[in-house]
This record gives sequence, structure tokens and C-alpha cells, in this order.
Amino acid sequence: MSLKRVLVGVKRVVDYAVRVRVAGDGSGVELANVKMSMNPFCEIACEEAIRLKEKGLCEEAVAVSIGPKQAQETLRSALAMGCDRAIHITTDARLDQGGLDPLAVAQLLQKIVEKEEPDLVLVGKQSIDGDHGTTAPMLAELLGWSQATFAASLNVDGGTAEVERETDAGTEVIKIQLPAVVSADLRLNAPRYPKLPNIMKAKKKPLEAIDAASLGVDLTPSIVVEGVAPPAARKAGVTVESVDDLVDKLKNEAAVL
Amino acid sequence: MLRHATGALRRVAARRQASTLILADHDGANMTPSTLAALTAASKLNETSAVLVAGAPSTVAEQAAKAQGVEAVFHVDAPPSAKGIASFVEKGGYSHVFAPVSNNTKDFVPRIAAALGVSPVTDICEVLNEDTFVRPFYAGNALATVKTTQSVTVATVRATAFEKVSEEGGAAGVEAASIDAAVAPELPEKISESSGDSERPDLTAARVVVSGGRGMGSGENFAMLEQLADKLGGAVGASRAAVDAGMVPNELQVGQTGKVVAPELYIAVGISGAIQHLSGMKDSKTIVAINKDAEAPIFQVADYGLVADLFEAVPELDAKL
Repeated sequence: MSLKRVLVGVKRVVDYAVRVRVAGDGSGVELANVKMSMNPFCEIACEEAIRLKEKGLCEEAVAVSIGPKQAQETLRSALAMGCDRAIHITTDARLDQGGLDPLAVAQLLQKIVEKEEPDLVLVGKQSIDGDHGTTAPMLAELLGWSQATFAASLNVDGGTAEVERETDAGTEVIKIQLPAVVSADLRLNAPRYPKLPNIMKAKKKPLEAIDAASLGVDLTPSIVVEGVAPPAARKAGVTVESVDDLVDKLKNEAAVL
Repeated sequence: MLRHATGALRRVAARRQASTLILADHDGANMTPSTLAALTAASKLNETSAVLVAGAPSTVAEQAAKAQGVEAVFHVDAPPSAKGIASFVEKGGYSHVFAPVSNNTKDFVPRIAAALGVSPVTDICEVLNEDTFVRPFYAGNALATVKTTQSVTVATVRATAFEKVSEEGGAAGVEAASIDAAVAPELPEKISESSGDSERPDLTAARVVVSGGRGMGSGENFAMLEQLADKLGGAVGASRAAVDAGMVPNELQVGQTGKVVAPELYIAVGISGAIQHLSGMKDSKTIVAINKDAEAPIFQVADYGLVADLFEAVPELDAKL
């Protein structure tokens, strides 16, 4: 029995290689003229959904993103990777700080899940901007579904899935009932690069836009960002000439040995 | 003066009202030291906290009862449902629910928050008052001061940002809590578990961490770092590059997506110092970098940098300690 539908959550974030700058007035991280990309963990979630399709374990992969109009680029990337169609929940709220609460994000996705009725929701384990890592468990709780977070491997078999999870001490394998929410860890897979013909084809795939405000979710933030500051800079260190020098400094100057 | 006094009074009032429930983190046999740091974070709001030990034997509850600043311990053997814990929080009238950050708590704390209908405040590194906290984001490259206006504050605590309360000296009573056990489909079935059985101290709690990166070349070469770590009574860590190359297991990864450590001494060997790695170790007290590339970004955060071939420098360092 193959799954009817997998829903993949993808988020547009500041590219992982960008060194972010905090605005001089402490209002937040500067987003103007900064390179944006699909969140790396979302790429992994997306890749996994497409692999399920390619293995014949799932009929349709639907990508969903919450964000401003540029989030459509992220959805087009998901389509170019191999998703069948996309849903864009439109909002002008910032998604890295203060704009939408983690609960609101989960509630918006819940509405889409209720509409689309997927058998599996795949998301990344965290976004690299907000660093919350709360979407998968919160969505699973709202739906009353099973969850498997930090997935390092996923084996879907009919109405259940075996998931190897990364834990603090190593790994564990759990069996969950579908429908479920699974969050992807780094080592789940290596995402593919979309090829040019697929990028062209992606432009013709269906992309539906839904206004976030129309979904009946309270979007008023209850966690307000009062200010953003850069972390304290470390004082410049010294270069030592030899191992002897290093041992001496660690013993006598830093007193850590 | 008057304004100051009113502020102080308001703080006293807040102190009296705040009551915190700590969700103890444990591995099924022992309470994690990080839980002691969550108790310190809670002590910024009120002198004592209640602790909930769920899904663990009573020995863990006894450990919790001995920790300083613990007023009461509630214990339940079977893993409870998130809704069950949410109603326990509501019945107890707690204003705050704190848990230390770990892969374990990241899995269930947001679920409890959702069951309570609130958003969690994750990874707090400073407690300013009962509703205002500081948390890092963007891989620790920015610190946000956030104020929550929710009825219950559910927060996860970055353990390395707080001292740990003493694990001795408390004498709280242990009470059996009645909380609904989790049932399918919510509760997964555990098939197997594997952990790197290590004699070394836990990575997140170690006083010294010796980490290797891509420059180590192979897993066998990590033996050098293990030997050095053993001599210093420390733990071994790794960068993502070393983990991805299969040199060491995933649970050793230090960084934004791995573990966050803040030891007294962090020795980075053959690690270039990508943003994502620095995020997990830049609050270490003293940082040493050994790398043959003088331009490696790791030297910008290192207190002591040695530009040298690690295959010569590490054995020499080991011999001279």
C-alpha cells in the first residue's frame, strides 16, 4: 500500500553561509540584500519526500511554505527537486524573529493538513534563523498524531514507519503509526541539485496561494522581540610559537591545566 | 526613589506569584546534570521549584529530591501524554515550566506547549524577569530579548549558560503524580537503541573537550585525541565534517545542530571554525586551536592558537602534559 500524499514544510531563510548583521538600532537582524535560500533541513525533508515517490511508496508530494511573496522561490525550488505541487501561505510577518509565534506556524500547517489529508508530514528539525526546532512536535500534538524527530533514516511500510532517531547518546529506532509528523536531521540524506530542465518544468507546476489571515488562526505574536544584540565579542587571542609555549600558557596564564 | 521602591515591590510580588515546574531530563536511569542548570534558571524567579520526573524509575525522583532548591518532586513511572502533563501544569497553577535543552526535551517540550495552547520560548540563556528572557538565534550570531505575554511560560534552558545547583543538600519529598499515560498513536514503539558506551565524561558536562575536524583525516587518528582527552579527564567532540566523513559517531557533533558545550578548556584540532561549529563552543572559557592553516576562522575565537601540523603537535602536547 502506498501513501496517498506526503506534505513537506519548507522555509525560506538567510543562506547558511551568510554572516548575519544585527541592525544598529537593535531592532533585529538585517535581511535587506542578504542571500536567502531554502533552510538546509527543509531541503533534506524535501529530498526524502521525493525519494518516497521514486520508490513508489507515495503518490504525491506537496510542498508548503509560510512567508512573503519571495517564499514562492523556495516553493519553486521544491517543485524543481520533484514535488508535484505547492501551497503558499502568504504573510508579511517576519519568520525569523517576532513575526509569527511557533504555535501560529504549527496551527497554520494544521489547517493545511486538515485540508490536504496527507499520510505523512515531513519538516526539517529546525530552521537555521529562528533556531526553535518546535514545528514538528507542536504540529503532531495539534493533530494528535505520532511524531519522530531528528530522523536519520525513514522506512515507510504501509500504515507504519520505522524511524532511526538521533539521540543525545547515539541512535534509537522507533516504530510509529501513520499518519505522523517526521522531522529530518542532517544525516537523513544528501539533497539533490535540481537540473535545468526540472527547474523549467517547475515553473508550470501548480502553486496555490492562501492568505494566512484567511485560515482562522490568531496571528498576533505573544512572544515579542524587544531587542536584538550581537553576542559579546571574544577578546583577541595570541598565537603561540610552540607546544611548550602552549603548555606554559595553559598552566600559568589560563590556569586550566 | 519612589519609582525604584515600586519596582522592587513589584518584583517581590512577582517572586511570590511565580511558581516553576521543572521537567527533569534523564536517560531512564539518571537525571542529567543539565537539569541542575534549569533549576538555577528557575531560581532567578523564585527560591524553590517543583520537579516532575516522568517516565523514569523512582531512583531518578530521589536524585531530584536531593538537589538544592527543590521544593517537591512529582513522580510518574510510565511516559505521560503531553495533554496529561498540560493538565498537571494547569491544575498545579504553575506560571512557568522549564526544561533543560537536550534532544530528549526538544522532542516533548514543544508538544506540551502545544497542548497548553502556548508557544515555547526555546534555548533561553538569560532570565531577565518572569516574562522576559534572552535567547540566541541565527547560530548564536544574534541574541534576542523576548517578552512573552502568555498565561504560562514554557521555556527550554541552555544548560551551559547557567551554573548548576548542588546535587546535594535538598530534602524534598517525593509524591506520586497521577498523569495519564501516553497511548498510541502518540506513543512510539521502541525497537532498538544504540549508544556509544564511553568511559569519558558526558560531552555537554565535561570540564575539558578535545574536538577533531576534517583535518584529522580518519577515524583511527581520533585515538590521538581520545588519549589526550583521557589525560585531561575530558570528553571528545567533533565538527560536522568529521561526523559526515564517518570518522566518529553523530552524537559527538558540536555545533548549531549538534551539542552546545561551554567547558573550561576547548581544544579544537584540525577544525576550520565554520559559523555552525562556533555556535556550539564559543562560550568555552579558554579555546585552543591547533591548525596548519593560519587563515582558519577558528583562530579568530581562539585564546591560544598554534599553527602547526596536528600530527606532530598533538602527540607532543600529549607527551608534555
